[in-house]
Amino acid sequence: MSAPATVGPVKVRRATKSSWIGLAVIVPILIVLALGPYIISRGLQQNLVILFSLIVLGTMWNLLAGYGGMVSIGQQAYIGIGAYGLVYIADSLGIDPFLAVPVAVIIAGLLSLPISFLAFRLSGGYFAIGTWVIAEVVRLITMQIDAVGGGAGLTLTALNVLSPGRRIAYVYWLSLAAVVIAVLVTYLIMRSRLGLGFTAIRDDATAAGSLGVRVTSSKRIVYLVSSMGCALAGSMIAANTLHITPESVYSVQYSAFMIFIVVIGGMGTIEGPIIGAIVFYALQQWLSDYGVWYLVILGVLAIVVVLLAPRGLWGLLSLNGRIKLFPVGYRLVNPLERFAVVKTKEPAA
Amino acid sequence: MDWLNAVLQGLLLGGLYALLAAGLSLMFGVMRIVNLAHGVLAVVAAYMGYFLVHNFHINAFLTLIVVIPVMAGIGWVLQMGLFNPSLKSGGLAPILVAFGIAVVITNLLQAFFTADTRSIDAGMLGVQSIQVTDTIYIGVFPLITFVVGVLVIAGLQVYLNRTRDGRAMRAASDDKDAAQLMGIDNRRIYAKATALAIGIVGIAGVFLGIRTQFSPTYGDATLIFAFEAVIIGGLGSLWGTLIGGIVLGVAQTVGAQINPSYGVLFGNLVFLAILAFRPTGLLQKAVNS
Amino acid sequence: MTLLNVDAVDVHYGDFQALYGLSLHVQEGETLAVIGANGAGKSTLMKALAGLMTPTNGTITFDGRDITRVPSYKRVPMGIALTPEGRRIFPSLSVEENLKVGAHSGRPGPWNLASVYEAFPLVADRRDRVGVNLSGGEQQAAAIGRALMSNPRLLMLDEVSLGLAPVVVEQIYAAMPTITGNGTTVLLVEQDVNQALKVADRVQCLLEGRTVLEGTAGSLTRDQIASAYFGI
Repeated sequence: MSAPATVGPVKVRRATKSSWIGLAVIVPILIVLALGPYIISRGLQQNLVILFSLIVLGTMWNLLAGYGGMVSIGQQAYIGIGAYGLVYIADSLGIDPFLAVPVAVIIAGLLSLPISFLAFRLSGGYFAIGTWVIAEVVRLITMQIDAVGGGAGLTLTALNVLSPGRRIAYVYWLSLAAVVIAVLVTYLIMRSRLGLGFTAIRDDATAAGSLGVRVTSSKRIVYLVSSMGCALAGSMIAANTLHITPESVYSVQYSAFMIFIVVIGGMGTIEGPIIGAIVFYALQQWLSDYGVWYLVILGVLAIVVVLLAPRGLWGLLSLNGRIKLFPVGYRLVNPLERFAVVKTKEPAA
Repeated sequence: MDWLNAVLQGLLLGGLYALLAAGLSLMFGVMRIVNLAHGVLAVVAAYMGYFLVHNFHINAFLTLIVVIPVMAGIGWVLQMGLFNPSLKSGGLAPILVAFGIAVVITNLLQAFFTADTRSIDAGMLGVQSIQVTDTIYIGVFPLITFVVGVLVIAGLQVYLNRTRDGRAMRAASDDKDAAQLMGIDNRRIYAKATALAIGIVGIAGVFLGIRTQFSPTYGDATLIFAFEAVIIGGLGSLWGTLIGGIVLGVAQTVGAQINPSYGVLFGNLVFLAILAFRPTGLLQKAVNS
Repeated sequence: MTLLNVDAVDVHYGDFQALYGLSLHVQEGETLAVIGANGAGKSTLMKALAGLMTPTNGTITFDGRDITRVPSYKRVPMGIALTPEGRRIFPSLSVEENLKVGAHSGRPGPWNLASVYEAFPLVADRRDRVGVNLSGGEQQAAAIGRALMSNPRLLMLDEVSLGLAPVVVEQIYAAMPTITGNGTTVLLVEQDVNQALKVADRVQCLLEGRTVLEGTAGSLTRDQIASAYFGI
């Protein structure tokens, strides 16, 4: 490969052909989805809320694991905090439920900060179990607090002022907004210097640190954002199901779901968790007659994917990362190249 | 006196936790794998013990003759078939594979045995106690568990320090490429380590099954207890795992003495306190943590 | 007879080629020194011979057997032992335990704990010390002893002098006659040309992955070696 003969200055571009196509496709989809309450049944809206919460959870877990390199099986702590936060703040404190959601999310964020100092003392597989222990402690403490219903749980009543149709529609729009926010935040983080730092950390944390990448702070920021995102999902789940118990919202099953969604969909990409959530949701519906077997199948599928197709479904679909719907990468472009005497080979996007 | 009794019970419970945690500690020490399926494998052993006692009316302790080799065999297969390839993939693969295995096994148990709780009947030995003083009784079975726990940990130490394969495991743990240069086949050494670890889990599982009511999801709690024992004691030290188990056991029984629903929570809080104030554990290892 | 034969071997690190059609042979009982500057490909060669890397082209034959794709742990029982670059003593094991691990493959022969301690008194003095607490020279002696414990027919030494004071290097090389006296074939890689010439029967110089000079130690002049080494 000989050195390229350039004619003009070389520019750094973020967008690729596929990302423009991606944008052209995503916007209409979002518009159609936004019209949901006017065109689809209430049951379907509630089902879509479940799907949306799975997308949020998957995106947030991927932020932590796929970008941050931290496997957590304790994010359900924040799902529960988000759920309980919404119900308690809306019902007992009488604050407007749709305002209560951001408040619950912020509380989750504030709590995740001291928790991170504890959790970061561990790493790897021990970090994973440690986060689980912390989630268990949160659950056990919640069960001791009578003000939030102890072991019996709570029912969200603040939305009863609305007619069922309205309530379901508002929860639907809230959830759609949550998906957009979660994906947008992840996209912005990954596109920023923080995201670039993470690709460096992924390759070699020590080298990245020596170049000025603030490794621990970066991880902490991602942990905070992920926790807040999970709390947001928790609020959605509470608003959708209306009755919550410690067993249901702090369940480690959520971690299992998040792991499956991200592993099967594709770790380390924004598109992956979205695909994964859709596939997971479809499998859940399709195999619901088979009881626990669907989890067995998912488990086997996850193991197979990790060992044989580590970039997941999106990795296969995107031809190993060459198609990017979300422009988070960098590429070099020479706008005057067509005039060059010796053509350079365009690097993969 | 109740407090003294509680502490004593906690001490003996610690033996069970040490037995549970030994395999987890070994696998991490030799190959840096945190086996998230560790807890549910103990439950598998418990079901195996239950099945043998219930259907063939063998004495609960005699089931170990079958359970230990079968569990060791399962460990070998898991390592050769799934964990070794995951180590080759590197990164997050080992943790994710272990998690997948845990989910698959838990739900398979659920499919075959339902969510009903069961317990292994150990006959008289399961309920007898020795009277030490007027108010203090020591259960025979908890005492046996404690003694077995200590013996297993001691045995493991001897194995690692004095045998050819044990040395090979420690060498591979230090530097796996250099170990290859010694003629050590890492894949098989890892498989032996896992077979050993899961064989011990077999003992722990049967004892667990005798001691409590268990169900397929009991693996979750078991994993957490094993993990807490390892961290409290300090990574890299088998005797530390014993100490950690005892500390955890005492924390739980003392907590339960204060309020029956506080037991597990107290154990978790003690664990978090150690994590906050002495993260390397009570018995730190100087080299190669 | 030819114990080791390397025939036109290419080795790549991903896209980067480190060895270009390299050929080499070692007769049983002789000592061959491979010299060359940093990046010449010496360590790559050692890794390929030890089985830590697989050549992309060419063959490696040991005692008539094609071992090109044989994994490293299988080469030890065949009689090949490598003292790797950087020593790589097991840090948490004592010196004696390190030596015992060296005997893992159980090959019979003259080397055992007693004979290694006799050949390397430095190692005998430190037998209970844990690996991480040894000095560079002690580690190097222990690493050679450890390789000898497998009673190899071919002993490979990779950069023994690296990072050690000259006095220590001399002490270590002083054991060479005992090693070769037993009939062991030695292939050593060295940056210290003087030391290499003192102990070797033949010398081969590498530059950027290719052989640029080869001959018996006595027949090559300093100038020849210098120009080959530096590529001038």
